Amino acid sequence: MPIRVANRAEAARLRAIFEAAGAVPVEAPLLLPAETLLDLYGEDIRARAYVTSDALRGEQMLRPDFTVPVVQMHMEHGAEPARYTYAGEVFRRQEDDAERANEYLQVGYELFERNNPAHADAEVFALIQSVLEGLPLRAATGDIGLLTAAVAGLNTTERRKAALMRHIWRPRRFRALIDRFSGRAPVPPTRAALLAELEPLVGAEPMIGLRTLEEIGARISALHEDAAAEPISAGEVALMDAILAVRETMPFALEHLRDIAVDMGAIAGAVERLEARAEALAARGVDVANLEFEASYGRTQMEYYDGFVFGFYAEGRPDLPAVASGGRYDALTRQLGQGREIPAVGGVVRPGLMLELREGRA
Amino acid sequence: MSVKLGVPSKGRLMEKTFDWFGERGITLSRAGSDREYAGAVEGIEGVELVLLSAGEIPRELAAGRIHLGVTGTDLIREKLGGWDRQVEELAPLGFGHADLVIAVPSCWVDVDTLDDLDAAAAAFRAAHGFRLRIATKYHRLVREFLREHGVADYQLVDSQGATEGTVKNETAEAIADITSTGDTLRANHLKILADGLVLKSQATLYRSRVAVMDDDERAALVALLDALGTR
Repeated sequence: MPIRVANRAEAARLRAIFEAAGAVPVEAPLLLPAETLLDLYGEDIRARAYVTSDALRGEQMLRPDFTVPVVQMHMEHGAEPARYTYAGEVFRRQEDDAERANEYLQVGYELFERNNPAHADAEVFALIQSVLEGLPLRAATGDIGLLTAAVAGLNTTERRKAALMRHIWRPRRFRALIDRFSGRAPVPPTRAALLAELEPLVGAEPMIGLRTLEEIGARISALHEDAAAEPISAGEVALMDAILAVRETMPFALEHLRDIAVDMGAIAGAVERLEARAEALAARGVDVANLEFEASYGRTQMEYYDGFVFGFYAEGRPDLPAVASGGRYDALTRQLGQGREIPAVGGVVRPGLMLELREGRA
Repeated sequence: MSVKLGVPSKGRLMEKTFDWFGERGITLSRAGSDREYAGAVEGIEGVELVLLSAGEIPRELAAGRIHLGVTGTDLIREKLGGWDRQVEELAPLGFGHADLVIAVPSCWVDVDTLDDLDAAAAAFRAAHGFRLRIATKYHRLVREFLREHGVADYQLVDSQGATEGTVKNETAEAIADITSTGDTLRANHLKILADGLVLKSQATLYRSRVAVMDDDERAALVALLDALGTR
């Protein structure tokens, strides 16, 4: 209990710092409609959030993070630019690791700003880093925008690009798709047989279920179109691999990525944005020369970060979760905004973990 | 006190379990009438038979209320998080074989792999406005399997029985269920995905890692495991 009191006091202290940086304090409900979160994150969220229900409102989730309610609140009645801060419990269902907390405090800072993303990214990162000062932490950074730019620039069909974009956050399926589209993985025999069939829908089994014959036919046409398309070239796959393999300090990463951009012009814009961010970070006093950059960082979290991503981890403690994390989530605002969007970037810190590390309790 | 052995309380699973123990010189039987869930153990001292529903045995093992239990691999993995920290697998019993599989309508001639299912799910969501429904009672196992394989745009809907009928009834587009021969699936115009095997399950003898034992119980357990040849 005394630990909870201390954590709450630490959370209040951090929120006051974020308020002093210009953020408006906001609150969010503990129970969120499950449907919104399921639509955004898919069924996987059930493994991470507690679900409850009643006969009136149906399924609800115990708040797994603040981002979704804060975005919704801002899009309903926020003026721009806007900075928000919050402090409160989040709940994460744990199915495998009893050591991981299923309830903890988060203090966050979210910035909705349209005009200068590099400065906005740098503002959030520098602020989060400043409250962590003195703790033995290692910062990791990445940029999902590089990968999306590379995919968008591939010399292949729109359908393939859409399939790859859909799986940016699922590295294993992404890899399987690349292998399929580049011809590195063989066509499954059943697919080959289906494509060889002149009238695959004739004499089929009885139609059951909601998926219609037209839908099945449309997919077969798509498969034919795909089979006729040129494979993604080995050169492009190698460049994609080269991007994903970039893991070094920011200046070297930039140099490396500029080299790749010579052969893959599609990422030039993303590299420029990375460079602008690095400058903005340096202007705020971040030691960019020693800042780690990892191109594949942030792909396995469920949060729909789609640009800058960062996390702070306790040195030599791979068993601990990130003490702070954040990133840019423009796409999330697009999905929740139903046609409207507002570029947004934010980060959260965990006061409980900060105190544990500071007091050597961890 | 005695070592508590949990065994499924009815049906072929119970009979086969009794046979398996019987072949090893330990006679398990139901005491009294068929309706009474009490059991008797002969051939070894200090072991008590507890007849339970197979579905409850994982929970009883994890709670330490029984020391040993016979149940399916599928139930242990579905119901216990970090199952191998809670129970130890002592011996597969060689019966009760069943595969947890993902099956789709046979008329989906374009869907044969998880890759196809994922693509179909994306198109289905776009066309129908909701995520493709997979009916199952094995939520955790199926969700983990689909996450591991990077399938998106689906939702699990709960089905505690007659799962094969949900597609025809249009309450689901696909199913994930236990099958031993595949006959019921075929009869319901469903087919198993080529890479849709989630888990191979069979009846297995488990030991609780959390159940407390006194010296007598420990000795009885050692004697029992020696007799069973699983030590």
